[in-house]
Amino acid sequence: MIRELTCICCPLGCRLFVDDRHPEQVSGNSCPKGAQYAKNEVTDPRRTVTASVRVEGGELPMVSVKTSREIPKDRIFACMEKIRALRVFAPVKLGDVLLSDCAGTGVDIVATKTVERRMP
Amino acid sequence: MGGKYDVVIIGGGVTGAAIARELSRYDLKTCLLEREEDVCSGTSKANSAIVHAGYDAKPGTNKARMNVEGNRMMEELSRELDFEFQRNGSLVVCFGPEELPALERLLEQGKQNGVEGLSIISGEEARKMEPNLREEVYAALHAPSGGIVCPFGLTIALAENACDNGVEFRFNTEVTEVKRLEDKETEDKETADKGAGTAGGGYRIRTLRGDLETRFVVNAAGLYADVFHNMVSSKPISISPRRGSYWLLDKESAPCVNHTVFQVPGRFGKGVLVTPTVHGNLLLGPTAVDIDDKEDTRTTAGELEDIRKKASRSVRDIPFSRVITSFAGLRAREEGDDFVLGKAPGAPGFFDAAGIDSPGLTAAPAIGRFLAGQIARAAGAKEKADFNPYRKGIVKAAALPLQDRAKLIQKDPAYGTIVCRCEQISEGEIRDAVTRTLGAKSMDGIKRRVRAGMGRCQAGFCTPGVMEILARKLGLPPEEICKNGDGSRLLEGGMGQ
Amino acid sequence: MKEYEIVVIGGGPAGLAAALEARENGAGEILILERDVRTGGILNQCIHNGFGLHTFQEELTGPEYADRFVQQVRKAGIETRCGSMVIRVGRDRTVTYVNREEGLTQVRAKAVILAMGCRERPRGALNIPGYRPAGIYSAGTAQRLVNLEGVCVGKKAVILGSGDIGLIMARRLTLEGTKVLAVAEVMPYSGGLKRNIVQCLDDFGIPLLLNHTVVEILGKKRVEGVVLARVDENRKPVPGTQRLLECDTLLLSVGLLPENELTRELGADMDRATGGPCVNQRMETRIPGIFACGNVLHVHDLVDYVSQEAALAGKEAALWIREESGRETKADCRGEGIFLQAGRGIRYTVPQRLDSAGNGGNVTVRFRVDGVYQDSSIAVYSKDCCLVRKKKRVLSPGEMEQLVLTAQQQDLCRRQGEIRICVETGREQ
Repeated sequence: MIRELTCICCPLGCRLFVDDRHPEQVSGNSCPKGAQYAKNEVTDPRRTVTASVRVEGGELPMVSVKTSREIPKDRIFACMEKIRALRVFAPVKLGDVLLSDCAGTGVDIVATKTVERRMP
Repeated sequence: MGGKYDVVIIGGGVTGAAIARELSRYDLKTCLLEREEDVCSGTSKANSAIVHAGYDAKPGTNKARMNVEGNRMMEELSRELDFEFQRNGSLVVCFGPEELPALERLLEQGKQNGVEGLSIISGEEARKMEPNLREEVYAALHAPSGGIVCPFGLTIALAENACDNGVEFRFNTEVTEVKRLEDKETEDKETADKGAGTAGGGYRIRTLRGDLETRFVVNAAGLYADVFHNMVSSKPISISPRRGSYWLLDKESAPCVNHTVFQVPGRFGKGVLVTPTVHGNLLLGPTAVDIDDKEDTRTTAGELEDIRKKASRSVRDIPFSRVITSFAGLRAREEGDDFVLGKAPGAPGFFDAAGIDSPGLTAAPAIGRFLAGQIARAAGAKEKADFNPYRKGIVKAAALPLQDRAKLIQKDPAYGTIVCRCEQISEGEIRDAVTRTLGAKSMDGIKRRVRAGMGRCQAGFCTPGVMEILARKLGLPPEEICKNGDGSRLLEGGMGQ
Repeated sequence: MKEYEIVVIGGGPAGLAAALEARENGAGEILILERDVRTGGILNQCIHNGFGLHTFQEELTGPEYADRFVQQVRKAGIETRCGSMVIRVGRDRTVTYVNREEGLTQVRAKAVILAMGCRERPRGALNIPGYRPAGIYSAGTAQRLVNLEGVCVGKKAVILGSGDIGLIMARRLTLEGTKVLAVAEVMPYSGGLKRNIVQCLDDFGIPLLLNHTVVEILGKKRVEGVVLARVDENRKPVPGTQRLLECDTLLLSVGLLPENELTRELGADMDRATGGPCVNQRMETRIPGIFACGNVLHVHDLVDYVSQEAALAGKEAALWIREESGRETKADCRGEGIFLQAGRGIRYTVPQRLDSAGNGGNVTVRFRVDGVYQDSSIAVYSKDCCLVRKKKRVLSPGEMEQLVLTAQQQDLCRRQGEIRICVETGREQ
């Protein structure tokens, strides 16, 4: 099947056409980056997921988090479900792993912010 | 939730609040019923915020009398009750010699009504007073006694003072029926005796939150005053909504005009006003559209465009790019085009304050005094010795001299945390708005009391902060915080977190 | 009154970078005043990734990007006051601020750096007809509520405006279970980055409706729906194209405005196109010792450029203290200089002015174009002499552009008394 994509490699936003059975065959691109992007998008599209998690006893109510690496695009909602169920306790340090192997992706959920304990 | 009262006031707009405050001078058990969650939630919150001089109304009408008296009362009242009022003077401009007779008619009318200081001045003289008036302005009626007021400030101050002096306020209490009681229906013998000769058996007020009994009823129900009047009176009245839309512009270092600039009704219809507000914004409007729905406070593209065109006729260089909001209010217009005040025909003990459209805001204090006097006489009530006419408003930290502001924060650090940055409103002020007499229960309640969210970012920045303080002070979860009462929650859905 | 060498107003990315670079260049006591509870500014709520590719050659989230600067500021021992709102800056560089702990405080600085950032354009500025119910948020307010407070703003949302915050929030709300029905954009193109259109909308099947706007808001107490309509080339709604979308939330992402109340009170020259003060190549306003940088100056698209611009302001402020402090006529000795003219296709430039002294180095000129241009060039002229011509495949108002002027080129312009930047040829979309 021929898929149509918008290239995100630069502001030009080329309209790319790629056959998902022959991901090497890309048309509409203006540069090699576009071809590579299209290939990735049809073979193994991946995204970084970011969200917020509630912190108990923290100076802030929420701590921001991200997946430590990109995850397969079709696992985004599965990961979100796990992240939404997550509760952590202050202090949380930037880089702390809050959840390992999120939803079987092999990717961890890490804090992207430091939240200290709330002063009594 | 029942109760027996001497007086029940229906409606917590500026008129109801003014009557409540005047009634609180007397030894009467008074209750005010408001269907919304706060006072000042209907016509009183969306109008021109003008203290009219009093040349508009036909001599001899209630409007003429109450307008001029209300205007005269405003200074002292603003001192007693600590609300913002400014006598900035007004100009009614006309655009050619053919419109001059209309100005002269206003002048004559004003003189008959007892308005002081009126004069007709030339276009040049007017432009000397207001350099931004257009060249096309031919002449103007100058009314030095015209003024501007904060309509929220006025209404809330009246209500708080009434409450402090013993009037009971019930909110979210919509009245569904007013029924005159026969003597025998009165359960309480004593009440029946007391009421004899004045209010007959009194009235039963049915609300969505239970029934009340009262000797006297004051009908200050705004757009719905005809509904309650017609439940008891032998002579029906009819009130229809007239919508007025407005533009509000940002504060500027040098305001576009200092006076309130009206246009004389003429070739181009009624015209719109251009006025500064007591807070330094510029207000343009209103339109006048007769509609059927008493709740239809929508703005429309056509009306908003109309305001732009008309306002530009009298004043040049209006900074339209600095519009911060537009809104619409409904005026309660009675068929007879006059205030309906006093005893309702065929309904002893039932007093109307109906058909209160413009100049209702100006007239409210006078209407309050007039009706409270009538009721007190009818009830044989005496003035209380302990009536306190004074009410202190919420401190405005940003308006204080620096040293005083420093002292204030030292005493209470909450005044040092700025929550609304456009208007520089502190956490302390927002807290005060919630915790004081008749405190705010919603975002709009906060906005009307301390102006948090009223500024140029229109609550973009302060919403989370104000929500947090409201939730904390009211002991509610954030999900329960409303913009203005039931059905207006800010958060929907719940994130499951 | 306590004296500082430099007071920085705002502890966001601009303020932090400015303070650091000022210290690097020898400034002594520096005070950063931040109104929020922690420094980092808007980055604290921008929890998505994509920050820092230019500065750190890696993709960071907003809080991570901020943290790198916050740690450096801490290490450098720069004094920071949070929860502190500046209420006045005097021409004599007296800064008045309030907070809980100290109450009302006045300090004096040898140089002040304005870094207050920007705010969102509210609904009122759009004059959308209809009711004024609960459920209308600017995208950034919703972002704060969702990301920092952990609450949900609504179940079904429409987003007006396809600026980056609007796009980012479309994805964020979707991930949290809010159904985003559409993003409407009144212009024929999106103001957001391509990457965000793909990863925030396309990934989740959210339609982007170009040439569309909201013509009415329904619902008296809470939003019950919005009416969308197509617009013509003059951005006026086309009759008969209205359609109702039932929703309980309307998010507005319709532009950002530099926040310059303090700057205006100071009496600085303002640029109508940027909404910020006019500055010279040292990021210096016309008031001696008052510098500005970041979104308070003009709205940026990438935080990396904010950091660069702010670092320059910090450095120049430090140099100014060393060289010029005390000579209050300074702005005059450097002379009027020349104004950069925004020619055809250019909305504005920053800096707006090159002063007559120059500092012997390159000057980066940042600017935005006024429409979408393909296969065109950016050119810099002084009189008839073309100094720079840079080919561009595509130019769009959503992306900030920049070019560099060498000292030689600047000198030529000063001699000729003119410099003009414009867009040349190309197909206009």
